[in-house]
Amino acid sequence: MESINYQNFRIDAENICVDYNGKVALYDANLRLKPGQICGLVGMNGAGKTTFFNALTGFVNISKGKIRINGESVRSAQKDQTIAYVPQNEGIDSQFPISVWDVVMMGRYGSMNIFRCPRESDVQAVKDAIERVDLTDYLSTPIGNLSGGQRKRTFLARAIAQRASILLLDEPFSGVDIRTEKLISELFIQFKNEGKTILLSTHDMIHVREFCDLVLLINKTVVAYGETSEVFTPENITTTFGGISPDFLFGPES
Amino acid sequence: MEIHSFLILDSFIRDPLTHDFMRKALLMSSLVAAVCGFLSSYLTLKGWALMGDAVSHSVMPGVVVAYALGLPFSLGAFIFGVGSVALIGFIKQKSRVKEDTVIGLVFTGFFALGIVLVSKIKSNIDLHSILFGSPLGISLSDVKQTIFISLLVVILLSIFRKDLMLYCFDPRHAKTVGINVFFLHYLLLTCLSLAAVVGLQSVGIILVVAMLITPGATAYLLTDKFDNMTIISVLSAIISSLIGIYVSFWFDLETGGSIVLAQTFIFLFAFLFAPRYGIFKLKKLLAGYK
Repeated sequence: MESINYQNFRIDAENICVDYNGKVALYDANLRLKPGQICGLVGMNGAGKTTFFNALTGFVNISKGKIRINGESVRSAQKDQTIAYVPQNEGIDSQFPISVWDVVMMGRYGSMNIFRCPRESDVQAVKDAIERVDLTDYLSTPIGNLSGGQRKRTFLARAIAQRASILLLDEPFSGVDIRTEKLISELFIQFKNEGKTILLSTHDMIHVREFCDLVLLINKTVVAYGETSEVFTPENITTTFGGISPDFLFGPES
Repeated sequence: MEIHSFLILDSFIRDPLTHDFMRKALLMSSLVAAVCGFLSSYLTLKGWALMGDAVSHSVMPGVVVAYALGLPFSLGAFIFGVGSVALIGFIKQKSRVKEDTVIGLVFTGFFALGIVLVSKIKSNIDLHSILFGSPLGISLSDVKQTIFISLLVVILLSIFRKDLMLYCFDPRHAKTVGINVFFLHYLLLTCLSLAAVVGLQSVGIILVVAMLITPGATAYLLTDKFDNMTIISVLSAIISSLIGIYVSFWFDLETGGSIVLAQTFIFLFAFLFAPRYGIFKLKKLLAGYK
Protein backbone atom coordinates (compact mmCIF):
# COMPACT_ATOMS: atom_id res chain seq x y z
CA MET A 1 0.00 0.00 0.00
CA GLU A 2 2.67 2.41 1.07
CA SER A 3 4.80 1.90 -2.02
CA ILE A 4 1.90 2.83 -4.26
CA ASN A 5 1.66 6.07 -2.34
CA TYR A 6 5.33 6.84 -2.94
CA GLN A 7 4.98 6.31 -6.68
CA ASN A 8 2.70 9.31 -6.88
CA PHE A 9 5.51 11.62 -5.92
CA ARG A 10 8.52 12.55 -7.98
CA ILE A 11 10.24 13.89 -4.89
CA ASP A 12 9.40 12.67 -1.43
CA ALA A 13 11.70 13.99 1.27
CA GLU A 14 10.75 13.07 4.80
CA ASN A 15 12.24 14.69 7.89
CA ILE A 16 15.66 15.05 6.34
CA CYS A 17 18.61 16.42 8.28
CA VAL A 18 22.01 17.39 6.95
CA ASP A 19 25.00 18.38 9.03
CA TYR A 20 28.53 19.26 8.05
CA ASN A 21 30.97 18.04 10.70
CA GLY A 22 28.45 18.60 13.47
CA LYS A 23 27.09 21.92 12.16
CA VAL A 24 23.42 21.57 11.34
CA ALA A 25 22.59 22.96 7.91
CA LEU A 26 19.08 21.58 7.56
CA TYR A 27 16.76 19.68 9.90
CA ASP A 28 13.35 18.01 9.77
CA ALA A 29 12.70 19.21 6.25
CA ASN A 30 9.83 17.73 4.25
CA LEU A 31 8.93 18.11 0.62
CA ARG A 32 6.56 16.25 -1.67
CA LEU A 33 6.29 17.09 -5.34
CA LYS A 34 4.21 15.47 -8.08
CA PRO A 35 4.89 15.33 -11.81
CA GLY A 36 4.30 18.66 -13.53
CA GLN A 37 4.65 20.76 -10.40
CA ILE A 38 6.91 23.77 -10.14
CA CYS A 39 8.05 24.63 -6.65
CA GLY A 40 9.96 27.69 -5.52
CA LEU A 41 12.58 27.29 -2.81
CA VAL A 42 12.88 30.54 -0.90
CA GLY A 43 15.16 31.43 1.98
CA MET A 44 18.04 33.61 3.07
CA ASN A 45 21.65 32.92 2.19
CA GLY A 46 22.73 30.08 4.42
CA ALA A 47 19.15 28.97 5.04
CA GLY A 48 19.93 25.60 3.51
CA LYS A 49 18.72 25.96 -0.08
CA THR A 50 21.87 24.60 -1.66
CA THR A 51 22.06 21.96 1.07
CA PHE A 52 18.55 20.87 0.17
CA PHE A 53 19.58 20.53 -3.47
CA ASN A 54 22.73 18.66 -2.48
CA ALA A 55 20.71 16.21 -0.40
CA LEU A 56 18.31 15.53 -3.28
CA THR A 57 21.14 14.92 -5.76
CA GLY A 58 23.07 12.81 -3.27
CA PHE A 59 26.01 15.21 -3.26
CA VAL A 60 25.82 15.24 0.53
CA ASN A 61 24.55 12.45 2.74
CA ILE A 62 21.57 13.02 4.95
CA SER A 63 22.10 12.19 8.60
CA LYS A 64 18.42 11.49 9.28
CA GLY A 65 15.22 11.08 7.33
CA LYS A 66 14.39 9.52 4.00
CA ILE A 67 14.46 10.65 0.39
CA ARG A 68 12.52 8.83 -2.32
CA ILE A 69 12.84 9.87 -5.94
CA ASN A 70 10.05 8.38 -8.07
CA GLY A 71 9.63 5.93 -5.24
CA GLU A 72 13.25 4.82 -5.32
CA SER A 73 16.49 5.65 -3.58
CA VAL A 74 18.69 8.62 -4.50
CA ARG A 75 21.35 6.17 -5.64
CA SER A 76 19.09 4.57 -8.22
CA ALA A 77 17.80 8.02 -9.26
CA GLN A 78 21.43 8.90 -10.06
CA LYS A 79 21.82 5.74 -12.11
CA ASP A 80 18.57 6.43 -13.97
CA GLN A 81 19.55 10.03 -14.80
CA THR A 82 16.37 11.16 -13.05
CA ILE A 83 17.65 14.41 -11.59
CA ALA A 84 19.39 17.24 -13.39
CA TYR A 85 21.06 20.04 -11.51
CA VAL A 86 21.47 23.48 -13.08
CA PRO A 87 24.10 25.37 -11.08
CA GLN A 88 24.10 29.09 -10.48
CA ASN A 89 26.55 30.99 -12.63
CA GLU A 90 28.85 31.64 -9.68
CA GLY A 91 29.02 27.92 -8.98
CA ILE A 92 31.06 27.08 -12.07
CA ASP A 93 34.51 27.97 -13.37
CA SER A 94 33.68 30.06 -16.43
CA GLN A 95 37.34 30.07 -17.49
CA PHE A 96 37.41 26.30 -17.88
CA PRO A 97 38.55 25.48 -21.43
CA ILE A 98 35.37 23.82 -22.63
CA SER A 99 32.85 24.52 -25.38
CA VAL A 100 29.05 24.74 -25.27
CA TRP A 101 28.83 21.42 -27.12
CA ASP A 102 31.08 19.64 -24.63
CA VAL A 103 29.18 20.97 -21.62
CA VAL A 104 25.85 19.84 -23.03
CA MET A 105 27.36 16.46 -23.94
CA MET A 106 28.20 16.02 -20.25
CA GLY A 107 24.47 15.64 -19.75
CA ARG A 108 24.75 12.34 -21.62
CA TYR A 109 27.81 10.96 -19.76
CA GLY A 110 25.76 9.06 -17.20
CA SER A 111 24.15 6.91 -19.87
CA MET A 112 27.25 6.35 -22.01
CA ASN A 113 29.86 3.58 -21.85
CA ILE A 114 32.97 3.99 -19.72
CA PHE A 115 34.94 5.83 -22.42
CA ARG A 116 32.06 8.27 -22.84
CA CYS A 117 31.94 7.81 -26.61
CA PRO A 118 28.87 9.62 -27.93
CA ARG A 119 26.47 7.47 -29.92
CA GLU A 120 24.28 8.80 -32.70
CA SER A 121 21.42 9.20 -30.21
CA ASP A 122 23.63 11.21 -27.84
CA VAL A 123 24.69 13.57 -30.60
CA GLN A 124 21.07 14.04 -31.58
CA ALA A 125 20.00 14.70 -27.97
CA VAL A 126 22.71 17.31 -27.61
CA LYS A 127 21.78 18.98 -30.90
CA ASP A 128 18.11 19.11 -29.95
CA ALA A 129 18.84 20.47 -26.49
CA ILE A 130 21.08 23.22 -27.82
CA GLU A 131 18.41 24.14 -30.34
CA ARG A 132 15.79 24.40 -27.62
CA VAL A 133 17.83 26.97 -25.73
CA ASP A 134 18.64 28.84 -28.93
CA LEU A 135 22.44 28.44 -28.85
CA THR A 136 22.93 26.70 -32.20
CA ASP A 137 25.27 29.47 -33.35
CA TYR A 138 27.53 28.91 -30.35
CA LEU A 139 28.26 25.18 -30.54
CA SER A 140 32.04 25.46 -30.39
CA THR A 141 32.22 28.68 -28.37
CA PRO A 142 34.21 28.35 -25.14
CA ILE A 143 31.91 29.03 -22.18
CA GLY A 144 34.25 31.82 -21.08
CA ASN A 145 33.18 33.83 -24.14
CA LEU A 146 29.46 33.60 -23.39
CA SER A 147 27.28 36.12 -21.60
CA GLY A 148 25.77 35.17 -18.24
CA GLY A 149 22.45 34.39 -19.88
CA GLN A 150 23.98 32.25 -22.59
CA ARG A 151 25.96 30.33 -20.00
CA LYS A 152 22.81 29.71 -18.01
CA ARG A 153 21.11 28.41 -21.16
CA THR A 154 24.07 26.09 -21.80
CA PHE A 155 23.53 24.40 -18.46
CA LEU A 156 19.78 24.24 -19.06
CA ALA A 157 20.56 22.49 -22.34
CA ARG A 158 22.70 20.01 -20.42
CA ALA A 159 19.71 19.23 -18.19
CA ILE A 160 17.48 18.84 -21.27
CA ALA A 161 19.99 16.55 -22.98
CA GLN A 162 20.09 14.43 -19.85
CA ARG A 163 16.33 13.82 -20.27
CA ALA A 164 15.83 14.11 -16.52
CA SER A 165 12.32 14.13 -15.12
CA ILE A 166 13.30 16.33 -12.19
CA LEU A 167 15.12 19.63 -12.60
CA LEU A 168 16.79 21.44 -9.73
CA LEU A 169 17.70 25.00 -10.61
CA ASP A 170 19.84 27.18 -8.39
CA GLU A 171 18.92 30.83 -8.97
CA PRO A 172 17.93 30.35 -12.63
CA PHE A 173 17.07 34.01 -13.11
CA SER A 174 20.03 35.69 -11.46
CA GLY A 175 22.32 37.60 -13.78
CA VAL A 176 20.48 36.80 -17.00
CA ASP A 177 19.26 39.07 -19.79
CA ILE A 178 15.59 39.63 -20.68
CA ARG A 179 15.81 37.27 -23.66
CA THR A 180 17.12 34.42 -21.54
CA GLU A 181 14.53 35.09 -18.87
CA LYS A 182 11.77 34.86 -21.46
CA LEU A 183 13.24 31.70 -22.94
CA ILE A 184 13.56 30.07 -19.51
CA SER A 185 9.96 30.89 -18.62
CA GLU A 186 8.77 29.41 -21.92
CA LEU A 187 10.81 26.28 -21.24
CA PHE A 188 9.22 26.00 -17.79
CA ILE A 189 5.78 25.81 -19.36
CA GLN A 190 7.00 23.14 -21.79
CA PHE A 191 8.63 21.16 -18.98
CA LYS A 192 5.42 21.33 -16.98
CA ASN A 193 3.43 19.99 -19.92
CA GLU A 194 6.00 17.21 -20.36
CA GLY A 195 5.32 16.20 -16.76
CA LYS A 196 8.75 17.21 -15.45
CA THR A 197 9.01 18.42 -11.88
CA ILE A 198 10.92 21.60 -11.16
CA LEU A 199 12.41 22.86 -7.93
CA LEU A 200 14.02 26.27 -8.22
CA SER A 201 15.63 28.54 -5.69
CA THR A 202 15.24 32.26 -6.18
CA HIS A 203 15.73 35.58 -4.49
CA ASP A 204 13.16 37.23 -6.72
CA MET A 205 9.68 37.21 -5.19
CA ILE A 206 8.05 38.23 -8.47
CA HIS A 207 9.24 35.03 -10.11
CA VAL A 208 7.73 32.91 -7.37
CA ARG A 209 4.29 34.41 -7.97
CA GLU A 210 4.73 34.10 -11.72
CA PHE A 211 5.96 30.52 -12.11
CA CYS A 212 5.57 28.50 -8.97
CA ASP A 213 2.54 26.38 -8.16
CA LEU A 214 4.03 25.64 -4.79
CA VAL A 215 6.46 27.37 -2.54
CA LEU A 216 8.78 26.03 0.12
CA LEU A 217 9.97 28.65 2.59
CA ILE A 218 12.99 27.51 4.54
CA ASN A 219 15.23 28.75 7.27
CA LYS A 220 17.30 25.71 8.30
CA THR A 221 13.96 23.91 8.40
CA VAL A 222 10.64 24.34 6.64
CA VAL A 223 8.91 27.57 7.67
CA ALA A 224 5.94 27.05 5.39
CA TYR A 225 5.03 24.86 2.45
CA GLY A 226 2.01 24.76 0.16
CA GLU A 227 0.18 26.44 -2.71
CA THR A 228 1.84 29.72 -3.57
CA SER A 229 -1.42 31.65 -3.26
CA GLU A 230 -1.94 30.39 0.29
CA VAL A 231 1.56 30.17 1.69
CA PHE A 232 3.38 33.03 0.07
CA THR A 233 2.08 35.62 2.50
CA PRO A 234 3.93 38.65 3.90
CA GLU A 235 3.83 37.08 7.39
CA ASN A 236 5.46 33.85 6.25
CA ILE A 237 8.05 35.67 4.20
CA THR A 238 8.92 37.87 7.14
CA THR A 239 9.39 34.82 9.33
CA THR A 240 11.57 33.18 6.69
CA PHE A 241 13.82 36.18 6.39
CA GLY A 242 14.27 36.59 10.11
CA GLY A 243 11.90 39.47 10.74
CA ILE A 244 12.73 41.69 7.79
CA SER A 245 9.62 43.27 6.33
CA PRO A 246 8.50 41.91 2.97
CA ASP A 247 8.07 45.46 1.64
CA PHE A 248 11.81 45.77 1.81
CA LEU A 249 12.32 42.37 0.21
CA PHE A 250 9.93 42.91 -2.64
CA GLY A 251 11.68 46.14 -3.45
CA PRO A 252 10.37 48.85 -5.73
CA GLU A 253 9.09 46.35 -8.30
CA SER A 254 6.00 45.34 -6.30
CA MET B 1 78.71 30.42 -43.80
CA GLU B 2 75.22 28.98 -43.63
CA ILE B 3 76.54 25.48 -44.08
CA HIS B 4 79.03 26.12 -41.31
CA SER B 5 76.40 27.17 -38.80
CA PHE B 6 74.28 24.24 -39.86
CA LEU B 7 77.14 21.92 -39.04
CA ILE B 8 77.53 23.48 -35.63
CA LEU B 9 73.85 22.99 -34.92
CA ASP B 10 74.06 19.47 -36.25
CA SER B 11 76.92 18.57 -33.94
CA PHE B 12 75.21 20.39 -31.10
CA ILE B 13 72.31 18.02 -31.43
CA ARG B 14 74.16 14.87 -32.48
CA ASP B 15 77.24 14.77 -30.31
CA PRO B 16 75.39 14.10 -27.07
CA LEU B 17 73.51 11.30 -28.82
CA THR B 18 76.74 9.33 -29.19
CA HIS B 19 76.69 8.79 -25.43
CA ASP B 20 74.55 5.96 -24.20
CA PHE B 21 73.62 7.75 -20.98
CA MET B 22 72.47 10.80 -22.93
CA ARG B 23 70.22 8.80 -25.22
CA LYS B 24 68.69 7.12 -22.20
CA ALA B 25 68.29 10.42 -20.36
CA LEU B 26 66.62 12.10 -23.32
CA LEU B 27 64.21 9.22 -23.83
CA MET B 28 63.32 8.74 -20.17
CA SER B 29 62.95 12.43 -19.46
CA SER B 30 60.68 12.84 -22.47
CA LEU B 31 58.52 9.98 -21.25
CA VAL B 32 58.36 11.39 -17.74
CA ALA B 33 57.61 14.86 -19.11
CA ALA B 34 54.80 13.49 -21.24
CA VAL B 35 53.20 11.78 -18.23
CA CYS B 36 53.52 14.82 -15.99
CA GLY B 37 52.35 17.11 -18.79
CA PHE B 38 49.25 14.98 -19.37
CA LEU B 39 48.35 15.12 -15.70
CA SER B 40 49.24 18.79 -15.49
CA SER B 41 46.11 19.90 -17.38
CA TYR B 42 43.92 18.34 -14.72
CA LEU B 43 45.90 19.60 -11.75
CA THR B 44 45.98 23.22 -12.91
CA LEU B 45 42.26 23.24 -13.72
CA LYS B 46 41.37 21.53 -10.46
CA GLY B 47 43.50 24.01 -8.52
CA TRP B 48 45.69 21.30 -7.05
CA ALA B 49 49.08 23.00 -7.41
CA LEU B 50 49.64 23.08 -3.67
CA MET B 51 48.39 19.53 -3.40
CA GLY B 52 50.91 18.52 -6.06
CA ASP B 53 53.67 20.16 -4.08
CA ALA B 54 52.52 18.40 -0.92
CA VAL B 55 52.30 14.95 -2.46
CA SER B 56 55.61 15.21 -4.27
CA HIS B 57 57.45 16.19 -1.09
CA SER B 58 55.63 13.62 1.00
CA VAL B 59 56.80 10.68 -1.12
CA MET B 60 60.35 11.21 0.16
CA PRO B 61 60.23 8.92 3.24
CA GLY B 62 58.42 6.32 1.13
CA VAL B 63 61.25 6.28 -1.39
CA VAL B 64 63.86 5.94 1.35
CA VAL B 65 62.05 3.17 3.22
CA ALA B 66 61.41 1.27 0.01
CA TYR B 67 65.07 1.44 -0.97
CA ALA B 68 66.12 0.28 2.46
CA LEU B 69 63.72 -2.68 2.36
CA GLY B 70 64.58 -3.53 -1.23
CA LEU B 71 61.04 -2.85 -2.43
CA PRO B 72 60.18 -0.97 -5.60
CA PHE B 73 60.54 2.71 -4.67
CA SER B 74 57.29 3.49 -6.45
CA LEU B 75 55.38 1.41 -3.92
CA GLY B 76 56.75 3.32 -0.94
CA ALA B 77 56.25 6.64 -2.69
CA PHE B 78 52.69 5.76 -3.55
CA ILE B 79 51.80 4.80 0.03
CA PHE B 80 53.26 7.97 1.49
CA GLY B 81 51.84 10.17 -1.27
CA VAL B 82 48.27 9.00 -0.77
CA GLY B 83 48.84 8.76 2.99
CA SER B 84 49.81 12.42 3.18
CA VAL B 85 46.59 13.43 1.47
CA ALA B 86 44.53 11.27 3.80
CA LEU B 87 46.32 12.81 6.78
CA ILE B 88 45.73 16.33 5.43
CA GLY B 89 42.03 15.55 5.06
CA PHE B 90 41.85 14.07 8.55
CA ILE B 91 43.59 16.97 10.33
CA LYS B 92 41.56 19.53 8.41
CA GLN B 93 38.33 17.86 9.41
CA LYS B 94 39.23 17.34 13.07
CA SER B 95 40.81 20.71 13.82
CA ARG B 96 40.18 24.39 13.23
CA VAL B 97 43.46 24.90 11.39
CA LYS B 98 43.01 26.20 7.84
CA GLU B 99 43.62 23.91 4.89
CA ASP B 100 46.70 25.56 3.36
CA THR B 101 48.35 25.54 6.78
CA VAL B 102 47.56 21.85 7.23
CA ILE B 103 48.95 21.04 3.78
CA GLY B 104 52.13 22.98 4.52
CA LEU B 105 52.77 21.36 7.86
CA VAL B 106 52.01 17.82 6.75
CA PHE B 107 54.23 17.81 3.71
CA THR B 108 57.15 19.48 5.42
CA GLY B 109 56.78 16.94 8.22
CA PHE B 110 56.94 14.06 5.79
CA PHE B 111 59.81 15.66 3.89
CA ALA B 112 61.79 16.15 7.09
CA LEU B 113 61.13 12.55 8.04
CA GLY B 114 62.57 11.52 4.69
CA ILE B 115 65.74 13.55 5.20
CA VAL B 116 66.23 12.18 8.71
CA LEU B 117 65.74 8.63 7.43
CA VAL B 118 68.31 9.11 4.68
CA SER B 119 70.90 10.23 7.20
CA LYS B 120 70.13 7.22 9.40
CA ILE B 121 69.86 4.52 6.73
CA LYS B 122 73.21 5.01 5.08
CA SER B 123 72.79 2.53 2.27
CA ASN B 124 73.38 3.34 -1.36
CA ILE B 125 70.76 6.09 -1.39
CA ASP B 126 72.10 9.25 -2.91
CA LEU B 127 70.34 12.17 -1.23
CA HIS B 128 71.46 14.55 -3.94
CA SER B 129 69.88 12.50 -6.71
CA ILE B 130 66.58 12.24 -4.83
CA LEU B 131 66.46 15.96 -4.12
CA PHE B 132 67.69 17.24 -7.45
CA GLY B 133 67.14 14.32 -9.83
CA SER B 134 69.67 12.42 -11.88
CA PRO B 135 68.34 11.76 -15.36
CA LEU B 136 71.87 11.13 -16.61
CA GLY B 137 72.57 8.40 -14.08
CA ILE B 138 69.35 6.45 -14.22
CA SER B 139 69.79 2.71 -13.62
CA LEU B 140 68.30 -0.11 -15.68
CA SER B 141 65.85 -1.22 -12.99
CA ASP B 142 64.72 2.39 -12.63
CA VAL B 143 64.20 2.57 -16.37
CA LYS B 144 61.92 -0.46 -16.28
CA GLN B 145 59.98 0.89 -13.34
CA THR B 146 59.62 4.31 -14.91
CA ILE B 147 58.31 2.86 -18.16
CA PHE B 148 55.85 0.66 -16.29
CA ILE B 149 54.50 3.48 -14.10
CA SER B 150 54.36 5.91 -17.00
CA LEU B 151 52.34 3.52 -19.10
CA LEU B 152 50.03 2.81 -16.19
CA VAL B 153 49.34 6.51 -15.59
CA VAL B 154 48.85 7.22 -19.29
CA ILE B 155 46.43 4.32 -19.64
CA LEU B 156 44.45 5.36 -16.55
CA LEU B 157 44.28 8.98 -17.64
CA SER B 158 43.29 7.97 -21.17
CA ILE B 159 40.47 5.73 -20.04
CA PHE B 160 39.05 8.25 -17.57
CA ARG B 161 40.03 11.35 -19.55
CA LYS B 162 36.49 12.66 -19.92
CA ASP B 163 35.30 11.68 -16.47
CA LEU B 164 38.27 13.44 -14.90
CA MET B 165 37.56 16.52 -16.96
CA LEU B 166 33.97 16.47 -15.72
CA TYR B 167 35.19 15.90 -12.16
CA CYS B 168 37.45 18.96 -12.39
CA PHE B 169 34.76 21.05 -14.04
CA ASP B 170 31.56 20.15 -12.20
CA PRO B 171 31.78 17.36 -9.59
CA ARG B 172 28.21 18.02 -8.49
CA HIS B 173 26.87 17.16 -11.94
CA ALA B 174 29.09 14.09 -12.06
CA LYS B 175 27.61 12.87 -8.80
CA THR B 176 24.05 13.69 -9.90
CA VAL B 177 24.31 11.48 -12.99
CA GLY B 178 25.72 8.57 -11.02
CA ILE B 179 29.44 8.92 -11.77
CA ASN B 180 31.65 7.76 -8.91
CA VAL B 181 33.24 11.02 -7.77
CA PHE B 182 34.98 9.39 -4.82
CA PHE B 183 36.75 7.02 -7.21
CA LEU B 184 37.78 9.84 -9.54
CA HIS B 185 39.16 11.87 -6.63
CA TYR B 186 41.41 9.02 -5.57
CA LEU B 187 42.26 8.13 -9.14
CA LEU B 188 43.58 11.64 -9.69
CA LEU B 189 45.50 11.47 -6.40
CA THR B 190 46.95 8.09 -7.35
CA CYS B 191 48.09 9.40 -10.71
CA LEU B 192 49.54 12.44 -8.94
CA SER B 193 51.58 10.26 -6.58
CA LEU B 194 52.81 8.04 -9.40
CA ALA B 195 53.68 10.98 -11.63
CA ALA B 196 55.58 12.56 -8.74
CA VAL B 197 57.57 9.35 -8.38
CA VAL B 198 58.65 9.20 -11.99
CA GLY B 199 59.09 12.97 -12.16
CA LEU B 200 61.50 13.06 -9.27
CA GLN B 201 64.01 11.01 -11.29
CA SER B 202 64.18 13.76 -13.85
CA VAL B 203 64.20 16.87 -11.75
CA GLY B 204 64.20 15.66 -8.13
CA ILE B 205 61.67 15.95 -5.33
CA ILE B 206 62.10 19.66 -4.79
CA LEU B 207 61.32 20.66 -8.34
CA VAL B 208 58.94 17.90 -9.42
CA VAL B 209 55.92 20.08 -8.71
CA ALA B 210 57.06 22.29 -11.60
CA MET B 211 56.70 19.31 -13.95
CA LEU B 212 53.15 18.91 -12.64
CA ILE B 213 51.92 22.48 -12.93
CA THR B 214 54.02 24.58 -15.31
CA PRO B 215 53.15 22.78 -18.60
CA GLY B 216 49.45 22.92 -17.74
CA ALA B 217 49.63 26.60 -16.85
CA THR B 218 51.44 27.35 -20.12
CA ALA B 219 48.84 25.44 -22.14
CA TYR B 220 46.00 27.15 -20.28
CA LEU B 221 47.22 30.49 -21.63
CA LEU B 222 47.30 29.20 -25.19
CA THR B 223 43.96 27.52 -25.79
CA ASP B 224 40.28 27.35 -24.91
CA LYS B 225 39.88 23.68 -25.76
CA PHE B 226 40.59 21.00 -23.20
CA ASP B 227 42.02 18.47 -25.66
CA ASN B 228 44.35 21.06 -27.15
CA MET B 229 45.39 22.05 -23.66
CA THR B 230 46.47 18.48 -22.94
CA ILE B 231 48.39 18.25 -26.21
CA ILE B 232 50.15 21.58 -25.73
CA SER B 233 50.93 20.72 -22.13
CA VAL B 234 52.53 17.40 -23.11
CA LEU B 235 54.50 18.93 -25.99
CA SER B 236 55.80 21.86 -23.96
CA ALA B 237 56.86 19.46 -21.21
CA ILE B 238 58.75 17.23 -23.66
CA ILE B 239 60.41 20.16 -25.42
CA SER B 240 61.49 21.62 -22.08
CA SER B 241 63.03 18.34 -21.07
CA LEU B 242 65.00 18.05 -24.30
CA ILE B 243 66.17 21.66 -24.12
CA GLY B 244 67.07 21.28 -20.45
CA ILE B 245 69.13 18.15 -20.98
CA TYR B 246 70.98 19.54 -24.02
CA VAL B 247 71.74 22.81 -22.31
CA SER B 248 72.93 21.06 -19.18
CA PHE B 249 75.17 18.82 -21.30
CA TRP B 250 76.82 21.61 -23.25
CA PHE B 251 77.15 24.12 -20.46
CA ASP B 252 77.70 21.61 -17.66
CA LEU B 253 74.67 22.69 -15.63
CA GLU B 254 72.48 20.87 -13.11
CA THR B 255 70.08 18.88 -15.33
CA GLY B 256 66.91 19.01 -13.23
CA GLY B 257 67.21 22.74 -12.72
CA SER B 258 67.80 23.27 -16.45
CA ILE B 259 64.66 21.33 -17.38
CA VAL B 260 62.47 23.29 -14.98
CA LEU B 261 64.05 26.57 -16.06
CA ALA B 262 63.24 25.73 -19.68
CA GLN B 263 59.63 25.17 -18.64
CA THR B 264 59.57 28.46 -16.83
CA PHE B 265 60.89 30.30 -19.87
CA ILE B 266 58.26 28.70 -22.10
CA PHE B 267 55.61 29.75 -19.60
CA LEU B 268 56.94 33.31 -19.53
CA PHE B 269 56.90 33.40 -23.31
CA ALA B 270 53.24 32.33 -23.32
CA PHE B 271 52.49 34.78 -20.53
CA LEU B 272 53.89 37.63 -22.62
CA PHE B 273 52.89 36.66 -26.14
CA ALA B 274 49.94 34.22 -26.01
CA PRO B 275 47.54 35.16 -28.84
CA ARG B 276 44.51 35.74 -26.63
CA TYR B 277 45.63 35.74 -23.03
CA GLY B 278 49.20 37.07 -23.24
CA ILE B 279 50.13 40.53 -22.01
CA PHE B 280 51.17 41.70 -25.47
CA LYS B 281 48.71 39.52 -27.44
CA LEU B 282 50.86 38.32 -30.32
CA LYS B 283 47.98 38.51 -32.81
CA LYS B 284 47.68 42.25 -32.31
CA LEU B 285 51.44 42.72 -32.54
CA LEU B 286 51.60 40.86 -35.86
CA ALA B 287 48.62 42.78 -37.20
CA GLY B 288 50.35 46.04 -36.30
CA TYR B 289 53.55 44.90 -37.95
CA LYS B 290 51.84 44.31 -41.27
